[in-house]
Amino acid sequence: MADVLQQVVSGIASGGVYALLALALVLIYRSTGVVNFAQGEMAMFSTFVCWELLDRGLPYWVAFFLTLAISFVGGVLIERLVIHTVSRSQALTVVTVTIGLLILLNGAAAWIWKGEQRTLENPFPSDTFDVGGVVIAAQDLGIIGVSLAIVLVLWAFFQRTRVGLALRAAALNPASSRLHGVRVSWMLALGWGLAAVLGAVAGILVAPTQGSFDQNLMLPVLIFAFAAAVLGGLDSPIGAVVGGVVLGVVLNLVGAYIDFFADLRLPAALLLILGILLLRPNGLFGRSVVKRV
Amino acid sequence: MAALLSVENVTRRFGGVVALDGVSFDVPAGEIVGLIGPNGAGKTTAFNVITRLYRPDEGRIVFDGHDLLRTPVHRVVKRGVARTFQNVALWPTLSVLDNVKIGAQARRGVRSAEELLEYVGLSGLAHRPAAGLPFGTLKRVELARALASGPQLLLLDEPAGGLNHEEVGELGRFIQQLRADFDATVLLVEHHMNLVMGISDRVYVLNFGRLISGGTPQEVQRDPAVIEAYLGDASAAA
Repeated sequence: MADVLQQVVSGIASGGVYALLALALVLIYRSTGVVNFAQGEMAMFSTFVCWELLDRGLPYWVAFFLTLAISFVGGVLIERLVIHTVSRSQALTVVTVTIGLLILLNGAAAWIWKGEQRTLENPFPSDTFDVGGVVIAAQDLGIIGVSLAIVLVLWAFFQRTRVGLALRAAALNPASSRLHGVRVSWMLALGWGLAAVLGAVAGILVAPTQGSFDQNLMLPVLIFAFAAAVLGGLDSPIGAVVGGVVLGVVLNLVGAYIDFFADLRLPAALLLILGILLLRPNGLFGRSVVKRV
Repeated sequence: MAALLSVENVTRRFGGVVALDGVSFDVPAGEIVGLIGPNGAGKTTAFNVITRLYRPDEGRIVFDGHDLLRTPVHRVVKRGVARTFQNVALWPTLSVLDNVKIGAQARRGVRSAEELLEYVGLSGLAHRPAAGLPFGTLKRVELARALASGPQLLLLDEPAGGLNHEEVGELGRFIQQLRADFDATVLLVEHHMNLVMGISDRVYVLNFGRLISGGTPQEVQRDPAVIEAYLGDASAAA
């Protein structure tokens, strides 16, 4: 039993990372109306930026927050310079552009950082705690804590601030928002900036758990985040968080007890995406869109 | 005294239809001004042109000394113009309170969103989503939202829509009270003649996109052009 609980806790930790990236996907899906396939590579790029800052001798948390700031600006710039120019096109065009960004960012990272394996400093101690027989890693607790804090801050921002309300209004009805004085196009850019920050946190949290990383760090994580977002409902922030945690726990438990499954986690996530899209396309928390014809 | 809002020679065409045909009228500060006319006369188009939803093909709109047509859409509210919509344009999934708060995005009036909900008598519904509330209630939410920006000019598009006879009487008193409480100028599009004639200082009449009459409610009601527009040619009918 203790063993199971142990697996659950570490499942919640990986789920927290999926949840952050899934939230980033939901944020952009709600405001831009497309799935941002470059989300993982944006996060990977941010992780390299953090590595670079640390490599130049900055203290960990300075590098951490500086990376978030740089990622925010980067996200805003990507929206302003790239996405905005195709925002009036069909969804397919925008999706194709995000796939282009994926390839571009992956290639740029490989070029700048030479495609070598890097190691990102781990902010959490390698201690473990014994809570009534359940061994819990400080690293897992740290990841859960940071993810939870980010989710709560984001929630408060959207629910309790003027700009948060403007963002929600703009995502739901851009034309009406404009009439009420909301600068819709800047709200979209802000959404991309926030999504980039979420991705940066996910990347910085996940990189140390992998031992070392290169430009392909986030490809599998994006698949899991995608599965989490689809499971929760692509337009539901709560769904993204619940979906991320559920996915993390389930994959971890199954992986721990069924030998061959550890290698099948990615295909399993893809199968899950396919299954949900077939059986329940709005996920657990998504609203169904009824179009009047 | 200079008008708060001047609509000057405004024309707006939709394909071959001339929705507004060289329309000019003034809305003096502090007045309640009614804009009436048969269906399709161009009343809502006039509102849409003033709030920059449509761009007029010709003409000028001056508000408080500013050329409104050079004002970007998102700055119109900031200048002090707020409106309600004939068919209600709220965010159905957002709470009533959040809907009102959106009104204060560009500019904030003296009263908070909570106070405004109290003012329109909807405090109890603050945290309900707007979806599913009765039409009359939604119209009051929209009014609170329009007031949230502390507008100098309030455009009301058929505020009496969906109300019964008694409620229309109440609404008239409410609009007059609101003008005093918020120090606002009101431009009103409405089908309810009793309401418009009862509370307006001045009434303009549109027919087929043209301004056919303007003046005090008494003057307008006696104007043969107005009677003909509403009743058709009486001699021809007889």
